[in-house]
Amino acid sequence: MLPLHQLEVLSSAPLPRIAVLGAGHVGPVIARVAMKAGYPVSIAASGDPEKIELIAQVLAPGAEPRWAADAVGEADIVVLAIPLHKFPTLDTSLVGGKLVVDAMNYWPPIDGVQEMFEDRRYGSSEIVAHRLARSTVVKTLNHIGYHELDEERRPAGAPRRRTLGVASDDPRGGAVVAELIEHIGYDAVRLGSLSAGRLLEPGGPVFGVPLRRAEFELAVRAVAA
Amino acid sequence: MDPSSHQKERLDVTTTPSDALAASAGEPAQFPLVFGLDTFGDVTHDEDDRPLSHAQTIRNLVEHGVLADQVGVDFFGIGEHHTDDFPLSAADVVLSAIAARTARIRLGSAVTVLSSDDPVRVFQRYSTLNAVSGGRAEVILGRGSSIDSFPLFGYDLADYEDLFEEKAGLFAELLRGGPVTWQGKTRASLHDQDVVPHTESGPFPAWIGVGGSPQSVIRAAHYGFSLMLAIIGGNPARFAPFAQLFQQALERFGRAPLPVGVHSPGHVAVSDDKARDEFWPRYLEVIRHYSKIRGFAIPTKESFLHEVGPHGALYVGSPETVAQKIAANLTALGATRFDLKYGMGGLADHALMTNIELYGTQVIPRVRELLA
Repeated sequence: MLPLHQLEVLSSAPLPRIAVLGAGHVGPVIARVAMKAGYPVSIAASGDPEKIELIAQVLAPGAEPRWAADAVGEADIVVLAIPLHKFPTLDTSLVGGKLVVDAMNYWPPIDGVQEMFEDRRYGSSEIVAHRLARSTVVKTLNHIGYHELDEERRPAGAPRRRTLGVASDDPRGGAVVAELIEHIGYDAVRLGSLSAGRLLEPGGPVFGVPLRRAEFELAVRAVAA
Repeated sequence: MDPSSHQKERLDVTTTPSDALAASAGEPAQFPLVFGLDTFGDVTHDEDDRPLSHAQTIRNLVEHGVLADQVGVDFFGIGEHHTDDFPLSAADVVLSAIAARTARIRLGSAVTVLSSDDPVRVFQRYSTLNAVSGGRAEVILGRGSSIDSFPLFGYDLADYEDLFEEKAGLFAELLRGGPVTWQGKTRASLHDQDVVPHTESGPFPAWIGVGGSPQSVIRAAHYGFSLMLAIIGGNPARFAPFAQLFQQALERFGRAPLPVGVHSPGHVAVSDDKARDEFWPRYLEVIRHYSKIRGFAIPTKESFLHEVGPHGALYVGSPETVAQKIAANLTALGATRFDLKYGMGGLADHALMTNIELYGTQVIPRVRELLA
């Protein structure tokens, strides 16, 4: 076994507070790995936190179930892990002014066609960012299986450490999220725009593929070229 | 009922080691170990590697169910699909044919796509199967990984959660028996409606198949359905928190514990090499086809071997290899049932028959021995 405990607490400096929106396949796993990396985490679904209390307790021990508005209000980073078809009804003012991680995918063969995301000139995160005009949007955590995110974590420098792409139009927001990814247990490779984040989408060269940093950079460059 | 006396009673009626009522030695101890086979009706190929017709595939499937019964498999399940490579859209009809030629094996869906079906019709069809088979019917409700039934029957996938929630609730009412009064958004209301055929001895077993949604786990507990974990990739042990979540949710809803099962794909042959050599090219071909449609990575031989190994989700190998893996994962997950999804598009029918025979005569007794 690799010494995963080395990942658990990396720093004594206060880490940003994270709110995970979504308690489905993906949300609790992100909450769990962020907790293990030492971040303070709250988790919210669309309604009463009581409804997700048990899920949080068992699948993300320590993450605090909250009403979405309360969780987001106190958070430095908001992770959107809701079903994409629920996104058009998300109250955009809820995350106004926040750094938002878009972990969602537009994946028609699995989840069905959605009109809002059918304009293929834009990646799904660009469309998300367009609607969340008052938020800073960063795309990541969408191209690794929710079933892999916990067990594939490795300490920095481990030979088989996997790489995740981090795409944003905002360099500062991208840097904060890249640090989160590194702390969780993955190498982060920055992509300079949300538009480039299309490389992380279903059908792209890194979607669901376990790659080390050099392989990841090569795969992304080969398509971008 | 006191669980220990319940188990004793079950032990007393057990006559063969493969009987579905044989005692469990794993955790939790109050449920018997059950071993099933599931199929999606994957189209097999003839001796010249040409696909068999849909009709022949279905007739072969009946033979698979009959053989499974003969070699001591406890359950035979058919998963609803609507595609050219999985032409099994009317599972209950095939199961009825198997029922007519068997006396022991339990028969069910794996899964019934309840969201795009009518819960009243699902109840009627499986209650009819229950009658035909002398009380051997089961259902596993869920979505599966294919979405073809939604456009086919005029449903919007975006409504999936709402459809499933409401229909699972109605199905639970129907299963309880007696006249049903129900109102919702997804079908016509029912007012003190008697739905037939009535079951002879209470509700037949119902499960919810879960692929990774904790809300589905909570829902199963809420309605009192058993939990079937569909584990088709990655480390099976990672599902242990789901089994835990299920039992805790049952407790919170004031329900007695219910069994947890595991459904995973695999292939059994006389040796590890033969099983892999038969399975890998067909698996690659099928996954390559779906990776194009669905936009995910094509597996490499290396990733395949990882899935076949102790930390992966595929049960491909000799009877001993597969039995060891089943025993280890049932223990890790606190589960008492395992359903092997056998077959893979393009395999020859005789390879499937060998798989079924080895699973019944060698794998199942060996797992029971390992868990005794």
